[in-house]
Amino acid sequence: MILLDRVSKTYSRGSKPSLDRISLHVDPKEFVIVVGQSGAGKTTLLRLLTREERQTSGKIIVGGIDYDKLKDREIPLLRRKIGVVFQDFKLLPNKTIFENVAYALEMVGMGNKEIRNTVPKVLDIVNLIGKEDSMPMQLSGGEKQRVAIARAIVRQPRILIADEPTGNLDPKHAWDVIKILEKINRFGTTVLLTTHNQDIVNRLKRRVVTLKDGKIISDRANAGYKI
Amino acid sequence: MRGKRKLITLWRVIHTGLVNFIRNLSLAIAAMAIMVVTLTIVLFSIIVNYTFSHTISQITNKIDVSVYLKNRVTQSQTDKLISEIKAQPNVQTVQYLSKAQALAEYESQNSSNQQLLQAVNETSNPIPATIIIKPRNLNNLSSIKNFLSEPSISALQTDPPSYSGQEKEAIDRITHATNVLQEIGVVAVIIFAVVSVLIIFNTIQMAIFNRRDEIQIMRLLGAGTWYIRGPFIVESIVYGLLSAIISILIINASFQASSGTLQASSLGLLDIGYANSFFDNRFLLLLTIQLSLGIVIGAVSSLIATRRYLKFKTK
Repeated sequence: MILLDRVSKTYSRGSKPSLDRISLHVDPKEFVIVVGQSGAGKTTLLRLLTREERQTSGKIIVGGIDYDKLKDREIPLLRRKIGVVFQDFKLLPNKTIFENVAYALEMVGMGNKEIRNTVPKVLDIVNLIGKEDSMPMQLSGGEKQRVAIARAIVRQPRILIADEPTGNLDPKHAWDVIKILEKINRFGTTVLLTTHNQDIVNRLKRRVVTLKDGKIISDRANAGYKI
Repeated sequence: MRGKRKLITLWRVIHTGLVNFIRNLSLAIAAMAIMVVTLTIVLFSIIVNYTFSHTISQITNKIDVSVYLKNRVTQSQTDKLISEIKAQPNVQTVQYLSKAQALAEYESQNSSNQQLLQAVNETSNPIPATIIIKPRNLNNLSSIKNFLSEPSISALQTDPPSYSGQEKEAIDRITHATNVLQEIGVVAVIIFAVVSVLIIFNTIQMAIFNRRDEIQIMRLLGAGTWYIRGPFIVESIVYGLLSAIISILIINASFQASSGTLQASSLGLLDIGYANSFFDNRFLLLLTIQLSLGIVIGAVSSLIATRRYLKFKTK
């Protein structure tokens, strides 16, 4: 589902690479946790996958799309196939919860009737039924992150990328969010999660890829947290 | 299905543009004010230009060419000359005044100048017999001129023919005024159009800046280029459309005001009555011109602004 072959990313000429010849293979329906300290290259890795950045060298293929052959105007189509969740939620503050989720469907031209059918189902998955008309500022951090997840999965992407989704949350809410990611993974979506949270990594018992100084220093199945 | 999706998307882009226009109204007013000035100048120039050409053609009708005959020219020579002139292609009508008729005409034209009349009456009638020619096309007088200056014909004349002095002068003045106004109009339109584009450009730039977070989110969610760009372009086209309508209303209101206060139908060389009827008769055409100009100015400036400030390329 995700294939990286000796991928490097250097931001400015001559500086130390943020990612240094990374090779990684993720199968469909896998749940992969990427850990590493700040500056290890986790965010760079995700930004390459969403094509916010272009790799300096190496090959990236996601869901059969070769990023070398991707034209600028095809990037939106790529992003519609990948759901992304951010540490800072990135909700639209002027829109209600329902509208925030519906927004992802509006931009692909889905009709209003279909949107009214689809959004509640997704809000149900993230346990936010009843909050449709709230504004983001009225919600707790955990609830906001669940809205963001709902928005990321409403188009049924085959891959969900979650960049430190629990970074701003207390342990209870963090665990709620992780449980939802597990639920989505059970439905068949490949999940790529980056986190700092040792407790979460230890409890999940999933494949853990550890980055340090732009290199993969370990890649173990059913692993615990270790840097 | 795909067509329907495109239609829904188009509607959403327009809807977002309209909503943003209202949200952004305080910025929009500056952009629209300058555009109203531009479009009003355009409209004013068009109307003045057409009114002047109308006035010119009106006066052109009154222009004639006078041929002054020597006293020794016989009646048969005169008749022959008249029929020859009538045969010219650019001649509309020919009128003959005998020496006595010409004198009477001269006296009536100068009835206020007693001294001159006295001087004329003291000698034996100095006014020559005259043939008055009305040309069809004033701009093509040369054929008549050439004919009249043929040696055999100029031998019959006391003086070179005159091309009714005063009216020719008026035409020259109006033509000159029209040319100057056209030049001023073109320069003013260009200056204001450029200023409008710059201000709308700036407005859109600020709107993009205000919504940069939202735009960032839209991008990450996979919004297409036109889904992001479209609303900004719709927004500035709305500036253009509203400005066009306001400029039409301003011109209309100024006609209302001037027809009330200036009962006289002309203001100097500008025939307000004609200008007003031109505005009324060509209203739809003028409205269309204004609306299309507004759309073009709005669309061009926002296309440039979104191209410049919404970078669609990845590094």
